[in-house]
Amino acid sequence: MPSSRGAVGPFLDFFRLDERFPHMLCPGCGIGTAMATMVRAFQEMGLEQDRLCVVSGIGCSSRVPGYLDCDTFHTLHGRALPAATGVKLARPDLNVVVFGGDGDMMAIGGNHFIHAARRNMDLTVFVVNNRTYAMTGGQYSPTTPTHEPAATAPYGNCERSFDICFMARASGAMFVARSTTYHVAHLKKMMKLALGKTGFSVVEIVSQCPTLYGRQQRLGDGVKMLQWIRDRSVDVAKVDDPWREEDRFVIGVLHDREEVPPYTKLYQGVRDRAAAGGR
Amino acid sequence: MALQLLSGNEACAIGAVRAGVRFFAGYPITPSTEIAEYLARELPRLGGTFVQMEDEIASICCMNGATAAGLKAMTATSGPGFSLMQEGIGYSVMAELPCVIVNVMRGGPATGLPTRSAQGDLMQARYGTHGDHPAVALCPWSVRECFDLTVQAVDVSERLRIPVIVLMDEIVGHMRETVELPEEPALWKPGKPKRPGGEYYHYDDWNNYDARIASFGEGYRVHLTGLTHRKDGFPTNDPEVIKWNMDRLRAKVADNGSWLWDIVYEDVGAETVIVCYGSVARAAMEAKRHFEHRTGRRIGIVRLRMVWPFPTRRLTALLRSARRVVVPEMNLGQMSRLVERTVSRDVPVVSVPRYDGEMLTPEEVIDAF
Repeated sequence: MPSSRGAVGPFLDFFRLDERFPHMLCPGCGIGTAMATMVRAFQEMGLEQDRLCVVSGIGCSSRVPGYLDCDTFHTLHGRALPAATGVKLARPDLNVVVFGGDGDMMAIGGNHFIHAARRNMDLTVFVVNNRTYAMTGGQYSPTTPTHEPAATAPYGNCERSFDICFMARASGAMFVARSTTYHVAHLKKMMKLALGKTGFSVVEIVSQCPTLYGRQQRLGDGVKMLQWIRDRSVDVAKVDDPWREEDRFVIGVLHDREEVPPYTKLYQGVRDRAAAGGR
Repeated sequence: MALQLLSGNEACAIGAVRAGVRFFAGYPITPSTEIAEYLARELPRLGGTFVQMEDEIASICCMNGATAAGLKAMTATSGPGFSLMQEGIGYSVMAELPCVIVNVMRGGPATGLPTRSAQGDLMQARYGTHGDHPAVALCPWSVRECFDLTVQAVDVSERLRIPVIVLMDEIVGHMRETVELPEEPALWKPGKPKRPGGEYYHYDDWNNYDARIASFGEGYRVHLTGLTHRKDGFPTNDPEVIKWNMDRLRAKVADNGSWLWDIVYEDVGAETVIVCYGSVARAAMEAKRHFEHRTGRRIGIVRLRMVWPFPTRRLTALLRSARRVVVPEMNLGQMSRLVERTVSRDVPVVSVPRYDGEMLTPEEVIDAF
């Protein structure tokens, strides 16, 4: 089918095919879906590879930039947001996208997440939430629900879990949405909306980790986990209060506020006032 | 050029600006804060960027980001912040991102003595971040040197593409002196990143130092990682490549030791020689003058402006005729042990440590002669 090949070509151009594939993700993992959907969103938004920097920290999700053919920045565990802040401040003209997981962004990088959102850095942040530290072998993360077992919670997790989207909104994000690796078309739409928004934008991607989380919670393989995600998801329009749903994944745009100038723009004002010699 | 009355911290900040630093990410901490305050005023005026981050970890990571995007960048801190920055310093080393970290030393450990001086971070400046790695640290003793060595730090970090630490101390940082600072200090000028044979490898052998590598946003599609990597920047577990990478990092400093060495000395033919660095060198110099005036006996002095890499071979040569070496420092004797290795066993190395937050006095140094 030549027509579909035409569509596939540019999609594959976005990857470092010759050196980096096959990728290291487990069979059934949702991160590849999230990555591919992100690339489609990039292309549909017309983002040029030479004007794009994808930044990550450490973890399974954070390996994604290594597969992409653009400027990519695999930083330290939890430090993707401050590093991305540095890139954006130095080169405000570049599109800077941050891709990472729940452990990276909510635990070790939690403070950076709060402050990058508060500063309204013009970054688009994709957080894969598989509810576990997958790369290190399935320890409980800040998004592991209470009572669930994990490698470091053999008798059940006694901590309460974070709502990534609630955290993003409370910290000052301009745009917050949630989607899943089951709802691929929906996910792409959310990603495009986030990329189109000026300021700090977050999309939480509920994803499956059949190797660890799925095994620990006896949820089955990748397909069964996707069905599990599908069955637990509900559109934001169908719930009374998206912030009070504890057992379901509320998907859709959860927060989309009127844009305020991002940090880079406000700092240009600082430069202008400094150059004029005044306050 | 005009005469100015400046503190060491101010001179350091001016040095950074004149060396082309246009990015500063930091977190307020005594006794380094004046550097951040000066740059918060000056950088935006010059089209640069000052940003106050949520902590020192974020500061150095943010600086690494700006450096990766092509700016000369700096941060300034003190002990507690320097501890937090260690992981980011390791990243700068591994990803080969140049940057300058100013540590205006105060008493430690922990919160320690925020307003008191110390030189307790000497070893941390060398070994603070995990794993074997190259390190360069410069140590000024005067306001003018805070300027000069900051400029030098920027230059060395650019040429070797490694983090360079300016190890000041509270006394040097807050001391005021009248100085005349050059408007345009001589700087190393990198060329454009080359693409030999049409291929670009971020970490090729030819560009280990004295060459600029590509930044983000220049069309090279660079991949940076803190993982041990191949010459194209992608991670590896291949023992040969791992060794190649470690040797490459080591070579940055090992191959360049001779021009990095920065030692000032006088009368090293004397029987007793002082080895010192930073503000303590002022007391040592005063001790030398007093003692010589009183007794007519010469005292040698060796002052290290560059403390890391430790100039072992150079120091061995300088201390060849010394019969007694005195090492005053504001810690429990961190450098004295390094000096011991540079002299023969029958030459006593007398440590003169002070660690009560007070400045070491010339009398204490004289007592050790």
